[in-house]
Amino acid sequence: METKSATVFVIAEQGEGGIQPVSLQLVGKARQLADELGSKVGAVLLGQNLTKGAHELIAAGADIVFQGDSDLLVPYQAELFTEIIVKLLVEHHPEILLIGSTFMGRELAPLIAAKLETGLTAHCIDLVISSEGILEQKIPAYGGMITIVCPEKRPQMATVANGVFSNPALNTTRSGEIISIDVPNEFPLRVQTLEIVKEKSEGVYLESASVIVAGGAGAGDHDGWCQIAELAEVLNAGLGSTRPAVDAGWTKLETMIGQSGKMVSPEVYIGIGISGELQHMVGIVRAKVMIAINNDAKAPVFEQVDYGVVEDCRVFVPALVKALKNKESYIGRATHVI
Amino acid sequence: MLNIVVCVKPVPDPSIADKLKIDPITKSLPRLDIPLVINPLDSHALEAAIQLKKEYGAYITVLCMGPPSAGNIVRECLALGADKGILLTDPAFAGADAFATAYTLAKTIEKNGPVDVVFCGMASSDGATEWVGPEIATFLNLPVVTMVREIVKDQGDEWIVKADYEHGYRKVKLKLPAVITVTRNINQPKSLSFSGILKARGKEITEWNREKLGIPAERVGLRGSPTYVTEITHLESRRKVEILEGSLREKIERLVQILSDAGVA
Repeated sequence: METKSATVFVIAEQGEGGIQPVSLQLVGKARQLADELGSKVGAVLLGQNLTKGAHELIAAGADIVFQGDSDLLVPYQAELFTEIIVKLLVEHHPEILLIGSTFMGRELAPLIAAKLETGLTAHCIDLVISSEGILEQKIPAYGGMITIVCPEKRPQMATVANGVFSNPALNTTRSGEIISIDVPNEFPLRVQTLEIVKEKSEGVYLESASVIVAGGAGAGDHDGWCQIAELAEVLNAGLGSTRPAVDAGWTKLETMIGQSGKMVSPEVYIGIGISGELQHMVGIVRAKVMIAINNDAKAPVFEQVDYGVVEDCRVFVPALVKALKNKESYIGRATHVI
Repeated sequence: MLNIVVCVKPVPDPSIADKLKIDPITKSLPRLDIPLVINPLDSHALEAAIQLKKEYGAYITVLCMGPPSAGNIVRECLALGADKGILLTDPAFAGADAFATAYTLAKTIEKNGPVDVVFCGMASSDGATEWVGPEIATFLNLPVVTMVREIVKDQGDEWIVKADYEHGYRKVKLKLPAVITVTRNINQPKSLSFSGILKARGKEITEWNREKLGIPAERVGLRGSPTYVTEITHLESRRKVEILEGSLREKIERLVQILSDAGVA
């Protein structure tokens, strides 16, 4: 296999549970882009015990996996990763480089882009090859979509969040090449990750929640936010948010849904006091049933959901919570009698 | 004494800018003079510098690239506790993407003199890119830690910080000089005080342009930007909304029914 012809690259990432889903999604997307360009997909995988992961990347669509295996690469070290990846990219000069918007990816991407003196588009929600063979990188803004290009510098680089592209079908009979790349035995680190610490998160995980209640600026204040949080609790729902709610300090950044937050796909989404900014809505468009509660009948959110309630959420949400609690206790009583 | 540089970005006031919508017919943004404010995350970067100044003594330089009207933001930073302000203003800087912005800021930091720590907010509210901090670090050949939520040890030239990471954080040791980008959890920025405003009167704001920086025109602004916007499109949603009618009580009954039909209540 001619390794020089791989022109669409993905920086893959292996976590505790194996290859990160976003890495497989990006390899799947890269496969599609490479087929359009008539070229190959290269995936870069750094870490330890990578054989299984490398085969998974091939099954997802990679033609070549460049694998760097060393205990120096666990945990992730920004300077060493940048050094190895930049060297590889200079050798292969790909046309396109895709990176997942994980914490590692969000730090590595600009380090690589600045070193290679090329452009980098943040958190794309679509990638398309133009008729001239240029990568069109789409991001949401101002209620519409903006197309960004990097026509002259290479590679054309983009980060993409988990869940933007779907999980590719894994074909375990696909064949591909695994190439080992050199990892320096010693590398002076000016910045060194000492350890990665897991924290218990409160409430329901947004990524796996079947119901999501999300609040925005319309909550008004901390009390208004607590009402929304109570509704989430009553429905056993994940509690999501928009940037204004995070900026106001009502909730943590981890709850933010949207382009630079989480991409989720619950059965039911209830957006409360949310105007319908596309940066938020792109994170939730895959929900099956979408409901919005907002006091402004003209809010753009009402053009993007299945059911709309035009009411002040500070009045409506507590009343809804009460109704749901009554219903529960009624059902509770009924079961008891039976 | 620490030499600290804080990079602040003037952004269109989010409370107004967030309401801006693309005109579906002209496919352009309405032209409005939106007042500029400090990017919210950058005020956390400034506060981190001010806290270090209180603890150990520091000289804080604020860098801000923008139109002349962004001078107000620099003055505000001085009133909050910065010592010197540099306003990078030149029509040639217009249209800069993250790469050209980081290059211009890095060249300014180089020219300004020795530095121990550069603080930036982890992202900007208008573009939501997170690249400027790490790209400055690359151009200055400095180490960087992004999304720092806490500085655990800040004595000597080897610091320990906590930075956000998947389902938790990572503990990082870094050697100064270095670049640090901060999250909003790192501190609670203080508001302006009257005495701060008075003190700021005696402080220095200098305006630098491209010539003063001595960098070629093809490295700044739109010309120095590898990326640019080609198209803005309006999006139509495929969902068709049913607005619930009736009294509050009726709306609640209907919504509970919808939730129940969906199997969630």
